Amino acid sequence: MQAADILLQMVRSNDAIRAFAEHIKIEAAQLKKPLRIMEVCGGHTHAILQYGLDQLLPGTIKLVHGPGCPVCVLPQHRIDAAINLAQRPDTILVTLGDMIRVPGSRGVSLQQTRATGADVRYLYSPLDCLAIAADNPQKTVIYVAIGFETTTPMTALLLEQAHSRQLDNLLVHSNHVLVPQAMELILAAGGAVDAFIAPGHVSVMAGAKQYHILAEKYHAPVVVSGFEPVDLLDAVLRIIHQVNTGMATVDNAYSRFVKTTGNRKAQQLVDKYFEPHDDFLWRGIGRIPGSALKLRSAYGERDAEVQCPESCPAPTEEQRGNCLCGSILMGLAQPTDCPLFAGGCTPQNPQGSCMVSNEGACAAYYKYRRDW
Amino acid sequence: MDTIQLAHGSGGLENQQLIRELFFAAFDNPMLAACEDAALIEGGRFAVSTDSFTVSPLFFPGGDIGKLAVAGTLNDVAMRGARPQHLTVAFIIEEGLKVNTLASIVLSMKDELSISGAQVIAGDTKVVPRGAIDQLMINTTGFGAIVSDCNTRRIAAGDHLIISGNIARHGACIFAAREEIAIKGLTSDCCTLWPAIAPLLHAGLGIHAMRDATRGGISAVLNEWAQQTGLCLNIRQDDIPVSSEVRGFAEILGIDPYVLACEGVFILAVAPQDSTAVIDLLRHHGHPQATLVGTVGMAQQQPAVLLHSAYGTRRRMEYPSGEILPRIC
Repeated sequence: MQAADILLQMVRSNDAIRAFAEHIKIEAAQLKKPLRIMEVCGGHTHAILQYGLDQLLPGTIKLVHGPGCPVCVLPQHRIDAAINLAQRPDTILVTLGDMIRVPGSRGVSLQQTRATGADVRYLYSPLDCLAIAADNPQKTVIYVAIGFETTTPMTALLLEQAHSRQLDNLLVHSNHVLVPQAMELILAAGGAVDAFIAPGHVSVMAGAKQYHILAEKYHAPVVVSGFEPVDLLDAVLRIIHQVNTGMATVDNAYSRFVKTTGNRKAQQLVDKYFEPHDDFLWRGIGRIPGSALKLRSAYGERDAEVQCPESCPAPTEEQRGNCLCGSILMGLAQPTDCPLFAGGCTPQNPQGSCMVSNEGACAAYYKYRRDW
Repeated sequence: MDTIQLAHGSGGLENQQLIRELFFAAFDNPMLAACEDAALIEGGRFAVSTDSFTVSPLFFPGGDIGKLAVAGTLNDVAMRGARPQHLTVAFIIEEGLKVNTLASIVLSMKDELSISGAQVIAGDTKVVPRGAIDQLMINTTGFGAIVSDCNTRRIAAGDHLIISGNIARHGACIFAAREEIAIKGLTSDCCTLWPAIAPLLHAGLGIHAMRDATRGGISAVLNEWAQQTGLCLNIRQDDIPVSSEVRGFAEILGIDPYVLACEGVFILAVAPQDSTAVIDLLRHHGHPQATLVGTVGMAQQQPAVLLHSAYGTRRRMEYPSGEILPRIC
């Protein structure tokens, strides 16, 4: 058996899961007050519900779900922009999988736009855009880039390679967002969260270092975690231990992949092509200063927002009605608290951002446990 | 629902909606409303089923569109407890397809027919202009003589649920081929199931229902059974047979293997006292991974498929919905 397989068996072992759950119960008995831990990343939310990990925790530990689903926090006017771009003549619109099923403000998704004749494609690696652009020199290929720090380096690499291969028909519509700024907003608002499980993949790129200032400033423990059941239980245990010993620091429980400094080369590449976006709305939350990335002005010839301004509507706040997505993304409510959950709001007919994407917290609750 | 999207054909919720709201509404009759893989005709003596096949690429590891078109329809007939006997075949061919490509597909169909002994008794050929379809589509209709009628209405609380082999191989294999992702050892499970079904039916065992887990995977079959019976199906997650290649592939892309198609794996609901004998027979007839995965529970407020972990947690196995898309990160 390969070493990697053995490692995977360990972090999924039923015995290890039971042992960690037992250890958490013992450690949690020492807590002076209930503890609210937010997992920021949508991948973590899904892993917790998929494995039923919250069912293993004592009542004093509450997991609350954060804003770490890139499709969920994307405002509708930017989905509208993607749809408008797809409908331009001689255009191929390319994006990552989950993005194509999300409806914009007119209730239409990229998937439906494709069904009415637009050339909309999804891909797994953004670099596949290079071949599409090379094979279709008469068309404009627009890559709608989305994701947190994890996916931004691939978009930067795409820009680098498009430039070196002189593929002038390739544009990028950037919707890249940043995790620490959202975490800080939640901490600054106060009252919702005592500690964070920090995202694993984001931290591989950006490094565990990016959370130090938050842990210090708000006295909140932050533990970087992987996505396997034992990883997440280990992170919870480490957080409880910090609280019980009066500590609030950044701990790395995913050191098999995450370094303190992250991936320097990826960070340099991102810095070369991107700069902070001053006017980026998070769906359900609102404006968070410096929380998104846009192409640097030197690369305006590659920026779909610069090249096709008439297709990109101005930011507008949305009416939310009874939908609790804003509170859910801020850690102030759980999906099942929402009056629309599983009734007026389902994955087939989503009303709010947390239900639209597969990675959203409401979608995860709907998928794994809507009956209890 | 004003425009047909790919999701309307993917075996999930949208597909069900289209069938119920448009087709069932127009063609309503008791035989259709039974919602089985094959319908019974001639006073219940024969089973009939039809299916159309489109797959890209036409040739994939473990099979091709021809093998799929024969095995897929004859399997639907066999799932009803019938011996496959006859097949009609319609070829819809895009202008420009190489004749030797078509010839090798036809030879593959001939080979697959020999496994069950079924014969092609009628056919049709249409050629459409370039671009009207992607190379080739095949429709087949299968007929078989009932040996022992298996259907969803026979499923009862207490039944044992058996999966005949490693799941999701066909879906993963086609997805990988389409995305040009090379996974060593990943082949489609496409095969004719009659050689495994015949001994089960002739042994007089309590086989209540069988369903091959094609579009929508095991999740679609189990959820349809839960919905149609009003019962709760309890599945032990660790016992579901999944090969390491499929597990790895599904995890990399963030796809649920339970919703990926199988083309040679089926689920059985059997009388509990017969489940060991059924598994033994399956293992002796080409399905060595056949496994008991769970039981049919009592009716719940809402019928559901529940997955139970070995460490004491549970979750729903969701009915498939939408197009299968890889996750973002």
